[in-house]
Amino acid sequence: MVDKENLLTSTEMARFVADGFLRFDELVPNELNEAVCAEMERGEIPRVASGQPLSDLWQEQAIGHVIRLPKIQGIIQSLVGSAPLYDHHAVHTVQANNEHGQIWHADAIIDTRIHFDIQLFYFAHDTPREMGGTMFLPGSQYRRISESDIARYQNFIGQMPMVCKAGTVAVAHHGIWHCAQPNLTGKIRHMFKLRLNPTVRQKLLWNTDDIRDERIPGLLSADHRWYGNESHIEVVNRIKMWRFLTDDEEYDVSYWMSRIENTPDSELQAA
Amino acid sequence: MRQKLLVLYAHSPDLNSRTVAWSAYDGTGQEKHTTGDSEEPPYESVVAAMRDGWRVIQFPQQYPAYPGMEYNTSYLRYEYILEKLEDSNG
Repeated sequence: MVDKENLLTSTEMARFVADGFLRFDELVPNELNEAVCAEMERGEIPRVASGQPLSDLWQEQAIGHVIRLPKIQGIIQSLVGSAPLYDHHAVHTVQANNEHGQIWHADAIIDTRIHFDIQLFYFAHDTPREMGGTMFLPGSQYRRISESDIARYQNFIGQMPMVCKAGTVAVAHHGIWHCAQPNLTGKIRHMFKLRLNPTVRQKLLWNTDDIRDERIPGLLSADHRWYGNESHIEVVNRIKMWRFLTDDEEYDVSYWMSRIENTPDSELQAA
Repeated sequence: MRQKLLVLYAHSPDLNSRTVAWSAYDGTGQEKHTTGDSEEPPYESVVAAMRDGWRVIQFPQQYPAYPGMEYNTSYLRYEYILEKLEDSNG
């Protein structure tokens, strides 16, 4: 188990539910960043079969030390529990002087669960804008599309490139829309990505001391602007996710759900 | 003549509503576009693009939600495809 101070807070969870990802800048110490960069360059992070306990993996590698950092463990435990399964990982590489951005996509096929996997995006070296990095589209995670169905799109209001210093980690809902950005520098860019599956019901797994924080409804109502007229439908999706995560079937924001769930059946009694 | 395509995604079905996403595909070969290559849309609305000579060649159709799908979101709904034709020699 992880100490409470390393778990996510309720306000962070609300941001995850609204935005589909969280970022933690310069979280990993530099000596580990350098060691993982060397492992990525030498191809020393072996793939294993999907569905194994994460805790069994990479006992000798620096990447294993990164995954076992208390804060990383806290992030993982808050979202998918303390004993998640390894789904897969990849070392994503963008060659130097590559002017072409990857197409927008979500990872894997349409996924209708409300239960969710997470993906860690670990940037082990500095990633300035001219080097990329991964572009995220905040608030895209509940959209039902399959892989590269969204490849016609190029730009969105509010798109967010991961421009960051070494040691930065983002954690995203499996449905987030994203794409690797061009690398206009003379150096190869690496990014380590790891997908994890929950093994427990995703309910109140984080530090819930601030569960009544009055900022949470506002966080869940964030308007990322690119979805235009569907902004309130997106809020409904987040309310459903917050209800799932908190096991509170009556939770609401701005009366959006209460209104459409009001279907009284009691009949007026004659005097 | 060669075709340039501009795809604008509007806030609502109103062609005056603001652009929320955009793509460009250049059949003349003079411009290269890719993901994440601009932070601001080339035009604030479809009408603004029309005033600059772009011709709307496809309107999005509007359909009522399928039963059970009322709260599902997926693709951007208000996609307008516009074109310009340019002389391939000029």
